Amino acid sequence: MIEADLTIIMPEILLAVFAMGALLLGVYTTKDKMAPVLVWVTSALFLALAFWIGTTGSGSNAAFSGMFIDDAFSRFAKVAILLSAAAILVMSEGYMARRDLLRFEFPILIALAVIGMMMMVSAGDLMALYMGLELQSLALYVVASLRRDSAKSTEAGLKYFVLGALSSGLLLYGASLVYGYSGTTLFSGIIEAANNEDGISIGLLIGLVLVISGLAFKVSAVPFHMWTPDVYEGSPTPVTAFFATAPKVAAMGLFARVLHDAFGGVVSDWSQVIAFISLLSMFLGAVAAMGQRDIKRLMAYSSIAHMGYALMGLAAGTVLGVQAMLIYMAIYVTMNIGTFAFILSMERDGQPVTDIESLGMYSKRAPGKALAVLVLMFSLAGVPPLVGFFGKLYVLRAAYDAGLAWLAVAGVIASVIGAFYYLRIVYFMYFGEDREDALDTGTPPVLYGFLMASAIIMVVGVVNLFGIEGAAQAAAAVLVE
Amino acid sequence: MIGLEHYLTVAAVLFVIGIFGLFLNRKNVIILLMSIELMLLAVNINLVAFSWYHGDLTGQVFTLFVLTVAAAEAAIGLAILVCFFRNRGTIDVEDVNVMKG
Repeated sequence: MIEADLTIIMPEILLAVFAMGALLLGVYTTKDKMAPVLVWVTSALFLALAFWIGTTGSGSNAAFSGMFIDDAFSRFAKVAILLSAAAILVMSEGYMARRDLLRFEFPILIALAVIGMMMMVSAGDLMALYMGLELQSLALYVVASLRRDSAKSTEAGLKYFVLGALSSGLLLYGASLVYGYSGTTLFSGIIEAANNEDGISIGLLIGLVLVISGLAFKVSAVPFHMWTPDVYEGSPTPVTAFFATAPKVAAMGLFARVLHDAFGGVVSDWSQVIAFISLLSMFLGAVAAMGQRDIKRLMAYSSIAHMGYALMGLAAGTVLGVQAMLIYMAIYVTMNIGTFAFILSMERDGQPVTDIESLGMYSKRAPGKALAVLVLMFSLAGVPPLVGFFGKLYVLRAAYDAGLAWLAVAGVIASVIGAFYYLRIVYFMYFGEDREDALDTGTPPVLYGFLMASAIIMVVGVVNLFGIEGAAQAAAAVLVE
Repeated sequence: MIGLEHYLTVAAVLFVIGIFGLFLNRKNVIILLMSIELMLLAVNINLVAFSWYHGDLTGQVFTLFVLTVAAAEAAIGLAILVCFFRNRGTIDVEDVNVMKG
C-alpha cells in the first residue's frame, strides 16, 4: 500500500532528496563556487522530471487516501511548472554570476519552491493544499530578498512576506470553516457536503469565499494585487522572471483544483465571484500600467491583467473554461520567458537598466532583438495572428459559451486598452528618441536564444499551438468530469 | 456550558483583531508579525473546536501542521526583517517605502 503511494509521489520525493543533498553539499564544501554547476544540475533535473512526468504518467491515481492526486490535470501543470522553472534558472545563471548574486542557496530555494508548486497542483486535501502553498511561499519570500545588501530587495521581501502571510491566514481561516461545516478536509468529502439539497450551507460559503481570497492573492488578482508591482520591482530581475512564470501556473492550477474538485457541485455560487475578480484584474492591469516607466513594474501590471484573462476561463466553470485557462497559462509563461530574457539583457556599461525610455531607437542598434521583442509585445497584447491572440480567443469563447457574454465583451475592451502600453514599448524601440546613453547591444547567447525561441514560437505556434490543445482538454476533462 | 459557538466567537474575534492589527498598525514591523501569529492561532482554535465537535482527529492534525509552519514563517519573517534593518536602520512601518505603492 505505502509502496504504491510512494511510487505516485516519486518525482516530488526525488526533488526533495536532491534539494536536501545539495544543501548539505553546499554547507559542508565549497559553498558558492559550486553554485553555477548546481544551477545547471537543478535545471537538468527539472527537465528530466518534466520529461518523466509528461511521458510515463497515465490515468488518475490517488495517493495517501486521496490527499495527493496524480491525474492528467496535475501532470499538465507540473510539466509547465518544471519547464518554465528550468528555463528561468538557466537564464539567471549568467546575470547573477556577473552581479555576485549567485549563491548556492538560489537553485536550492527554487527547487524547494517547485516541490511546493507540484504539491499544490496535486493537492486533494486542505492540509496538502496548505503545506504545498507554504512550501512555495516561504521559499519565494527568501528569494525575493536574495540581494541582502539592497534596501529595495529586502523591502520587496518584507512586503511580500507580510501580505503573503495575511493571505495565508485568510485562506487558512477559510479552510478551518470548510472543515468545520463539512466535517472533512478531503476534497472528495467536501464536494459531497456542499452538494446537499438545501443548497450550500452558509458556513461553507464563507469558508469558500475566504479560500478564494487567499488564492486570489497568490495569483495577484485584484483586489489582492497590491504587493505585485513592488515585489516585481524590488526583487532581482531573475527572481522577478521566476515570479511571473511558474508560481502563477501553480496558483492557477490550485485555484482550478479547489474550485472544481471541492466545490464543483456549486459552480453558480462561485462563478460570479471569480468573474468579478477577473473583470477588475483585467481593467486595473490595463489602466494602471500606462503610467509606468519601469519595465519590471509594467510587467507586474501586465501579469495582473493576464491573470484576469486566465480567471475568465475559470469563471466559466466548464471543461472548455479550464482547458482555455491551461492553454492561456502555457502561452503566457512562454511569452514571459522571452520577455524576461530581453529584460535580463537590458544593461548599460554592465549595469542593469529597467527604464522604458532607455529603449529609444533600439531597433537601429539591434534590429533582430527589436523585432523579437516586437513580436512578443504584440503577442502579449493579443494582436492577431500571433499565439497570444489564440489564448485570449479561447478564454473569451469559454466565457461566452458559459453565458458570461458581458465578461467576454469587457475582456475585449480591456485588451484594447492594454494594447496601449505594449505598443508604447514598441514605439520607443522604433520611433523613440535616439539617446546618448544607449543600451549595450551585446547579449549573452543563452538570453538571445530564449528571446528568439520564444518569439519564433509566438509566430510558428499559430499552426496548431504545438498540440497543447489536446493535452489541455484531456487535463480539463479529468478535473471537471 | 461552553459550546462550539463560544470557541468560534473567540476565534473570530482574535482573527479580526489580527487583521486590524495588520492594517491599523503604523508603528513597528514586529507588531505585524505578532498580528499574523494571532490570526494563525485563531485558526488553530477554530480547528481544534471543530475537531472536538465532530469527534474527528483531522482538525488537530491540521493544527499541528499550522503550528509548525507558523514557526517557520516567523523565523523567515524575522530573518528578512534583520536584513531590512541592516539596510535601513529602522523597522518602522512608515519607513517601508523605498518603492511607492
